[in-house]
Amino acid sequence: MAETYQLIVIGGGPAGLAAACKAWEQGLRRVLVLERDCELGGILNQCIHNGFGLHRFGEELTGPEYAGRYIAMLAETGVEVRLDTMVLQLVPGRDGHPHEVHAVNGKQGYQVLQAQAVVLAMGCRERTRGAISIPGERPSGIFTAGAAQRFLNIEGYMVGRRVVILGSGDIGLIMARRMTLEGAKVLACVELMPYSGGLTRNIVQCLQDYNIPLYLSHTVTDIRGHDRVEQVVVSRVGPDRQPIPGTEMVFDCDTLLLSVGLIPENELSRGAGVEIDPRTRGPVVAENRETSIPGIFACGNVLHVHDLVDFVSAESERAGAAAAQYVQAQDAAPGAPAPAAAIPVQAGEGVSYTVPQHLHPAALAAGAELFFRVRRVTKTANILVEDANGARVAKFARTHLAPGEMENITLPAALLARATPPLTVRIEEVQA
Amino acid sequence: MKELVCIVCPRGCRLTVDEEQGYKVTGNSCPRGAEYGRTELQNPTRTLTTTVCVAGGLHRRLPVRTNRAIPKALLPAAMAEAARVRLQAPVAAGQIIIPNLLGTGADLIASRAMPAAGA
Ligand SMILES: Cc1cc2nc3c(=O)[nH]c(=O)nc-3n(C[C@H](O)[C@H](O)[C@H](O)COP(=O)(O)OP(=O)(O)OC[C@H]3O[C@@H](n4cnc5c(N)ncnc54)[C@H](O)[C@@H]3O)c2cc1C
Ligand code: SF4
Repeated sequence: MAETYQLIVIGGGPAGLAAACKAWEQGLRRVLVLERDCELGGILNQCIHNGFGLHRFGEELTGPEYAGRYIAMLAETGVEVRLDTMVLQLVPGRDGHPHEVHAVNGKQGYQVLQAQAVVLAMGCRERTRGAISIPGERPSGIFTAGAAQRFLNIEGYMVGRRVVILGSGDIGLIMARRMTLEGAKVLACVELMPYSGGLTRNIVQCLQDYNIPLYLSHTVTDIRGHDRVEQVVVSRVGPDRQPIPGTEMVFDCDTLLLSVGLIPENELSRGAGVEIDPRTRGPVVAENRETSIPGIFACGNVLHVHDLVDFVSAESERAGAAAAQYVQAQDAAPGAPAPAAAIPVQAGEGVSYTVPQHLHPAALAAGAELFFRVRRVTKTANILVEDANGARVAKFARTHLAPGEMENITLPAALLARATPPLTVRIEEVQA
Repeated sequence: MKELVCIVCPRGCRLTVDEEQGYKVTGNSCPRGAEYGRTELQNPTRTLTTTVCVAGGLHRRLPVRTNRAIPKALLPAAMAEAARVRLQAPVAAGQIIIPNLLGTGADLIASRAMPAAGA
C-alpha cells in the first residue's frame, strides 16, 4: 500500500522549508519534504554573499546562513525529509481523494506516495543561451551565471579569466564581483533594456565598486572562437531592441556569463493540470497560495520569481498554514471541498502581473496583500487599486518603481468590503 | 551634497549626504542607512564574503564572511589571506577561520557547517 502523508512538500529550498515548518506548527504531524539535491537549502547554498534575512530575522545573513536557520528550525519538528529524491510526477486526486506523488531515489527506488495536500516549492531554473538564441559559434566558455556560481562557490572551479556578462540580473551582478575578487577581469556587463534588471544596491556594490562598465541598451551580437570563447561582439540596440549596425564593440575574453532571467520550474505542475499564468509562468493562485486544484499549493520561485528570500519565506508560511487548514477541514468533513468563489485581481496599465491572481471572499476579512511587478522605471508615481466601476479602492504613493524590484501593497479589509469585483492594480505616473 | 544608494539592505534607499553639515544623511529609512552614508564618504567599508578550501567535506569549498565590515581598500589583501586557508572537515557554522583578519578586528568566520563527507 502507498505510504500516506497529510502533506508532501516538493522541494527543500527556502520555500519548502518554511512551508513545512509552518504546517507542523499548525498541527500537521505526517509531513514529508522531498528534495532532489544531497542537502536542504536550495539555491541559497550557492549564494554565499550577504543580503538575506533583513526583513525576516532583522540581520544581514549570507544565503547558507539563512538556509541554516530554517534547516535548524525544521530539525526541531518531526517533519520527515528524503534527500537525493527526485519527484517525477504529481497525479491530482479529484473529489477529495488524496494526491499521488511519484518519486525516485537510489535507496528506496521508485515510490508512489499519497498526500491529502501538496505544496509545490520547486524553485526556478535559469534561462539559457538556447532560450534567447544568441548568434555566433558554439565554443566552450559560455555558462549561465548560476551554473558558474555553483562551480565557483561549491565545487571550487574558476570558470574563466576574462569575462563578459550578458544581462544585469542580480545573479550576473553578484558574479561580476565574485569573479573579480577571485582575480578574473570582468570587462563588461551588457543589458538589452535601458534599465538594469537587478537591485540598485547590486549595481553599486558589484559593478561600481570594481569599475565594471554597465552597457544599457546593448546586447551580444556575435560569439567568436572555436574550442573556447575568444571574442564577444557587443552592439547598441535601438528603441525596438534591434542591434544598430556600426555600433559593434569587440571584447577579447574567454568566458560569457548569461544572466538573462529565471523561469519557474513547473513541469510537475503542468503535468498535474494546474492552471499556469502565462505572465508569471507559475500557477494561478488565491491569497492562500492554493492553485486551481484544491489541496495543491505553490510558493516561492516556482510561483513567481522573487528577488528577496524574506518574501519567499513569508509567502511559503502562508501556503504551509493554508495546507494545514485544508487538511484539517478535510478531516472534519471528508469528501470534495466546496468550490470557492473568487474575486479576480487584474494587472492594469504599467503592471505586468499580480500574485495572487484572485482572492477568496472568505479571506477578505483579514485584508489582502498583493505582490506585483511594474513594466517601466518610474520616479514619482501612484499605485492605484480600482474596482469594477473604476472607483478608487486604495492609493499608494511611491518615489521609485522598477521592474527589477517586486512591489507589495496591503489592502485593508475595510476598503475591500466596499469594492465591487474585479479589482485592478495600475500605475499612475505623476509629473514632477 | 552627494547622492548615493544605500547598500546595507536590498531596499536600496537613495541617500543624500551633506559633507558641509557634518555628513548629515537624508533619504534613509532606518538608522543603518545614516551610518552607511557617513562612513561611505569618509572611510568606505564592506563585508567580505568568499570561500576557502576544505578537505574531506560534503563540498570542496566552505563559504566564509567577515563578522563585520572591513575597509574597502583591504579587500584584495583579505582575499589573499583567505586563499591560503586549508581546512579539514567537519567545520562548525560560525567557527572562526582567521581571527583579527589583517589587524582589522574583524574575524573571518564559517557561514555554514561543513559535515565530513558521508557523515
Ligand atoms: C544567484 C541568486 C542570488 C540571489 N540573491 C539574493 C539576495 O541577495 N537576497 C535575497 O534575499 N534573495 C536572493 N535571491 C533569491 C532567493 O535566493 C530565492 O528567491 C529563493 O532561494 C527561492 O527559494 P525557493 O525555495 O522557491 O527555490 P530554490 O531555492 O530554488 O529551491 C527549490 C528546491 O526544489 C528542489 N526541486 C526542484 N524540482 C524538484 C523535484 N522535481 N524533485 C525534488 N526536488 C526538486 C531543488 O533541488 C531546490 O532545492 C537570489 C537568488 C539567486 C538564484
Ligand atoms: S536606509 Fe535602511 S532601509 Fe534603506 S537601504 Fe539602507 S539599511 Fe535598508
